[in-house]
This record gives sequence, structure tokens and C-alpha cells, in this order.
Amino acid sequence: MSTPREYQTSGIIIRKTKLGEADRILTVYTPELGKFDAVAKGVRRPKSKMAGHLELLTYSQLTLARGRSLDIITGSQTIESFLPLKNDLWLMSYGLYVIELVNQFTAIEVPDEDLFQLALTTLRQLCQSDNRDLLLRYFEIQLLQHSGYRPQLRECVACHQVLQPVNNSFSASNGGILCPSCAARQPFAHSITVNAIKVLRFIQDNSLESVLKLKINPILAREIEGVTRGYLKYLLEREVKSVAWLDDLREQMRVMVNKKVVNAPDTGDAENAATEV
Amino acid sequence: MAQNNTAATDAISRLIQELNKLPGIGPKSAQRLAYYLLRAPQEQAERLASAVISLKLEIKLCSCCFNVTDADPCALCRNEQRDRTKVCVVEQPQDILAIEHTGVYKGLYHVLHGALSPTEGVGVNDVRIKELTARLTDGIVKEVILATNTNLEGEQTAMYLNHVLNPLGIRVTRLARGLPFGTELEYADDATLTRALEGRSEL
Repeated sequence: MSTPREYQTSGIIIRKTKLGEADRILTVYTPELGKFDAVAKGVRRPKSKMAGHLELLTYSQLTLARGRSLDIITGSQTIESFLPLKNDLWLMSYGLYVIELVNQFTAIEVPDEDLFQLALTTLRQLCQSDNRDLLLRYFEIQLLQHSGYRPQLRECVACHQVLQPVNNSFSASNGGILCPSCAARQPFAHSITVNAIKVLRFIQDNSLESVLKLKINPILAREIEGVTRGYLKYLLEREVKSVAWLDDLREQMRVMVNKKVVNAPDTGDAENAATEV
Repeated sequence: MAQNNTAATDAISRLIQELNKLPGIGPKSAQRLAYYLLRAPQEQAERLASAVISLKLEIKLCSCCFNVTDADPCALCRNEQRDRTKVCVVEQPQDILAIEHTGVYKGLYHVLHGALSPTEGVGVNDVRIKELTARLTDGIVKEVILATNTNLEGEQTAMYLNHVLNPLGIRVTRLARGLPFGTELEYADDATLTRALEGRSEL
């Protein structure tokens, strides 16, 4: 018995590359089939019926026909389009970061229902929650856990002593925290504050709902971001491309805020000058 | 294919190899084109060769709008008839051809040569955004029309440009997004339909 020629599935579009004149190769992440590539024909033409349903960051119902090497998408219908992500510069950038990580951490055709739900929940929450920093950290930590890289945050990864509430170090190559005496022998460990460890542990052990209720200050948020980024980069053995973009964007915001601060006294002076006259 | 290449003479196999590198030309098409040129009149082959050479020698980017041109500034930028208060931002030179074909737009252009794509590592410095902002400091331009593609990268580029250009006090507009002409409503996606509804107009 041969397999049926056509089949249905649903998944999130996590990557797209151009193919030929008007086609694309899409990477789809599905709960039941895992990640796979498929050809979407004609989607770069303006009259394509499928193009809008096959954009990045879209959860779609797909009909596919078995092809010689890659399967061909013959029909598509949006399930969730995550519209808020597509109307906001920051949200879109965060969404792209999430799907890039999903793409990097999954192997082809390995289904993982839990990881799929994690990605879906993260994209949904991005549309709703204001606590984006912690949402992304939750996603990263859970992604690591699913992929078998759960960082050890309770005891020193080298000597297995329970950690003391002092400045310890995080070592990406050891996959966890090193106590000060062990860290002295490890050149690539970065210092980590007690609070950062506490937040990371909280993210590791609690539900997304409770994590999103947490409030942390921006300095601590940047520190935790630095820790997870460093660990992800070490595991992937390369930069996560959208991280560079997020940094660019943040830098741009900072410059613009500074400009406003610089400009503000100017207008103030002008006003003063006017009143003096 | 490999056997064919060794069987054919060196000049033919070299041409086949080069043609094969062109987009949409596979090994068989390359072979067909090569043998067609072999039989074609001498002048035809020479015209093709000289056209290819002059393409690389004569075509450069306009220093103002970054459109492809053989004279700098390009014909569009030199044209005194065009409205210098409007700049239409497009992703690639071919987009200018599409907009010019409508005959509706009379302003100037700016070609970005790409769109921002964080996951593919295309950042602000890989497209001509700095050149655009530099161009807008002279105070002549009053409106920037963002005509990037309506896919995710194009949208992101448009949102980013809006974010950068807004503080300059220039009017920033985006091409309307809605249903394409000749379309059937039942196949429209959520994003398109939402925008079509938002941007509905009196008949």
C-alpha cells in the first residue's frame, strides 16, 4: 500500500526562502510531523491565493501533495495570523527571534507537541502581554529544557555543593552555575548576581502565568538576557541572527531618546529667550 | 551532463557552464541556448556579447536615488518636471518600473536594494537607509511614500523607516494595503481583509 498522495497538517511558518521566479521554500513547524520544508508555488505573485496564509509568523492549516524531494503546498487557510505582531516593529522583531530559535533548536521531522505548544503560546502571549522580557526568557529557558540543555541553577556544576547567596558565575560550557572557588579555575565563566539566579530558577520551576506576574528592574532584565543569550550562542555555536537586529533597534531607540533629551533644553532656552524679550 | 561537457568542445562547454549559472536556466536549457547561439548569425551573438559587456561597464547606481542608470544622476532625478517634494521608497529597481508603468506617480524615488530581514541577518547597514535619511535633511522633501513589499520583511522595513523618519518632521505614508484587483474574497487572508476593512472608502 502506498501512502496517500495528499495530506493535511497545520503549522507555524518559521522560515522562507525564495525559489525560482515566483515560488518559495517554506519551513513549517507542526505538532504532529515536526519541522519540514515544503514548496509553495506562485506565492510571490500578487494574485496568489495562498500568499497571505503562508507568511512568516502565521499558524496555518495546510494541504500538501507529496513531491519528489519536497512536498508541495496546494492549499492553505490561516488559523491564527498573530496580527499584533505584524503591526508593531518590536513585536515583529521578538516574534522573528522566537521562530528563529525554534528553527535552530529543532531537527527535521522530529515531532514535539510540547515544544510546538510552547512556541504557539509564546507567540500568542507576545500579542497580549506587556511583560515581554520575561516572556522571552521563559521561552528560552523552556526551549533549553525541552532540548536537553536545562541549566543547573541549584548546585555548582563542578563540585556539586549547594550554592551560597554570593556572586557566583554562569558557565555556558558547563551548562550551569559555578561556585566562586570553582569559577576561579574556569576562564569562560561570567559573574552572575544572586537575584539573577533567583529569577532564572523561578522561570525554570513555575508556570508562564506566574512568571508573567513577576516584575523585575531593567538592569536585572538585561543581566538575565545576557546569561540566556550567552548560553544559547554557546549551544548553537553561532550568533542568533535576530539578536543583532534587536540590539540595533534598542541602540536606535536609545539614540533617539538621547536626542530628545538634548533637544529639550534647547526649546526651553528658546522659550526663556522669548519671555525675556 | 558531465559526459556531454567533455564531448562538446571547450568553448561550448564554457558557454553552457556560464548560462547554467543564470536564474531559471538549468543544464538542459543552457545546452539548448548554447547550441542555438552556435547556429545563430555572427551579428546576433556579437550583439548579445556586447550588450552583456556594456551592461557591466555602463550601468551604475544613481548617486541620489540608487536606481540603476547609465548617467549619474539618473534620468528620473534629472527630470525637472518631477515633483521634488515626494520620495517613493522601493526595495528594488524593478519596483520603479512597475510604479512608473501606472503613470500616476510624478515624484522621485529611492531604492533600498533589499529589505530588512533579521532572521537572515539583513540589518540596517545592509540596505540603503542611511543614504535615504541623509537625502532628506535638505528640507525639500515633504512626503516619503513607503512602497516596500507587503510581505513580512517589507512591512518591517516600512515600520522601521516610519520610526526613523517621523522625528524628521516629514510626512510618512504607506501604500494602501487591501484586496488586489481581480481577486476573490473567499481566498483573502486575515491580514489583508482586516486592512481592506480598515481602509475602506466611499464609492
